[in-house]
Amino acid sequence: MAYQKARRYDSRTTIFSPEGRLYQVEYAMEAISHAGTVLAVMSKEGIAMAAEKKVTGKLLDLSLAPGGEGMGGVGTEAWGGGGEKIFLLNNNILAGLAGITSDANSLVNFARNSAQRHLFTYDEDIPVEMLVQRLCDMKQGYTQFGGLRPFGVALLYMGWDPLHGFQLYQSDPSGNYSGWKATCIGSNHSAATSLLKQDYKDDLSLEDARQLCLKVMSKTMDSTKLGSEKLEFATMTLHPTTRQPLAKIYRPSELDELLRKYELGGTKDDQIGAGEGSGGGGGQEGGNISLST
Amino acid sequence: MECSFGLTGKDFVLLAADTSAGRSIIQMKDDENKIKALGPHIAMAYGGEAGDTNNFADFVDRNLRLYQIRNHTPLLPAAASAWIRRSLAESLRSRHPYSVNLMLAGFDITDSTSHLYWIDYLGTKAIVPYAAHGLGQYLALSTMDKWWTEGVDKREGIEILKKCVDEVGKRSTLKFKFNCILIDASGIHHINLDSSDPIAEMEQAGKAAEVINPNPPLDVGITA
Repeated sequence: MAYQKARRYDSRTTIFSPEGRLYQVEYAMEAISHAGTVLAVMSKEGIAMAAEKKVTGKLLDLSLAPGGEGMGGVGTEAWGGGGEKIFLLNNNILAGLAGITSDANSLVNFARNSAQRHLFTYDEDIPVEMLVQRLCDMKQGYTQFGGLRPFGVALLYMGWDPLHGFQLYQSDPSGNYSGWKATCIGSNHSAATSLLKQDYKDDLSLEDARQLCLKVMSKTMDSTKLGSEKLEFATMTLHPTTRQPLAKIYRPSELDELLRKYELGGTKDDQIGAGEGSGGGGGQEGGNISLST
Repeated sequence: MECSFGLTGKDFVLLAADTSAGRSIIQMKDDENKIKALGPHIAMAYGGEAGDTNNFADFVDRNLRLYQIRNHTPLLPAAASAWIRRSLAESLRSRHPYSVNLMLAGFDITDSTSHLYWIDYLGTKAIVPYAAHGLGQYLALSTMDKWWTEGVDKREGIEILKKCVDEVGKRSTLKFKFNCILIDASGIHHINLDSSDPIAEMEQAGKAAEVINPNPPLDVGITA
């Protein structure tokens, strides 16, 4: 019965159902809860973020991924991105994305444009919340204006600005956003959130935040052993001497080293790409590229 | 003929501007305020073509106010200077350019530093420790060169400013009256340059010396 009612209204993204719901927006959020997990933990010294890579497999040519073979790096090197899910939006802001990859790419492009426009007019890095608002205004627009589909993307933003210091935000397809000390989007997000709630303390060091991120990730992901072929990792800190924001996207070798340190896995270098990854496909589509990551 | 000065110190910025208004050799007013507060810790002294000056000052004031309403936080001095410079540079390339010179002074509360920007109608921006526009450029920059040192305190700063004002009085045939403000971590304050100890007078006056801020901080639970 509920299904039949939904069918009547769900083709119209911008029309309320008699129960006062917007089905397309709800479906977009549902799509995201099947996407790879992205979680982040904030500390006084900086923020750590981990993201689950969905497209893996030994036939995947990583040299063709964004950032290429040597993806990741510190500061400007981080512009290459983490490969699939973590992107640098501006000097001071990193984002982790969950949802439809192509929608996410278009949002990343929009965000980078907005940030550069702010830099052009004000000669300063865009404040974190302002960039979040810019993106959310855009996302909200697609839930209201006719004939369009909402963005099937949720984001975690971690950044620093001089007014409010380190900040962590989350946004969803409806255009809502909120600030967090530690949070999670994507599959298993409710389980991960309750794990974060258990272990989060207000006086975490960056080292603790890194460890907590990876520990929760290892419990949330299906596979028992974590490795760089299934994970992306990044931090936002302050440069020790200049006190300016410093983004770091971990290179696969650095991430494996970190995982070995915390005894959570860490693939040996000669095994990279030989994991048990299914090679994408996401099941139901039957293609060889997964739509939602 | 106009004259204005700006001077930074350890934890404050000073701004002084003459108060005359007139055309060619005729003075019509001697109490024109040419300093405008643009936010809780930012102000500018402006001069140039009569009419353009007030128009442009209002334009800047309203735009910074709009930014503050939209973002619940005022623009920091560095960002405000970039925006103002760009406005003038764009105006210069329009059909009706503003012919306004200004000095922007501000105190950055995020890192407790004082800022002074010298900006002219061509869209030139210079970040400077002390500066002058108008007659002051010719008559008193050397005075500032001689007396200003890194990290001067408020009283020393006022003394240097008084020397500049005296120099203009001595070397120019025009007689100026000056209007002066001081910006520090606690906000913008009036300074009476004729007083023997302007800083003591300012501290004594407390709230009464505060310049009415056109952009009072919005109470939205966020402190800038």
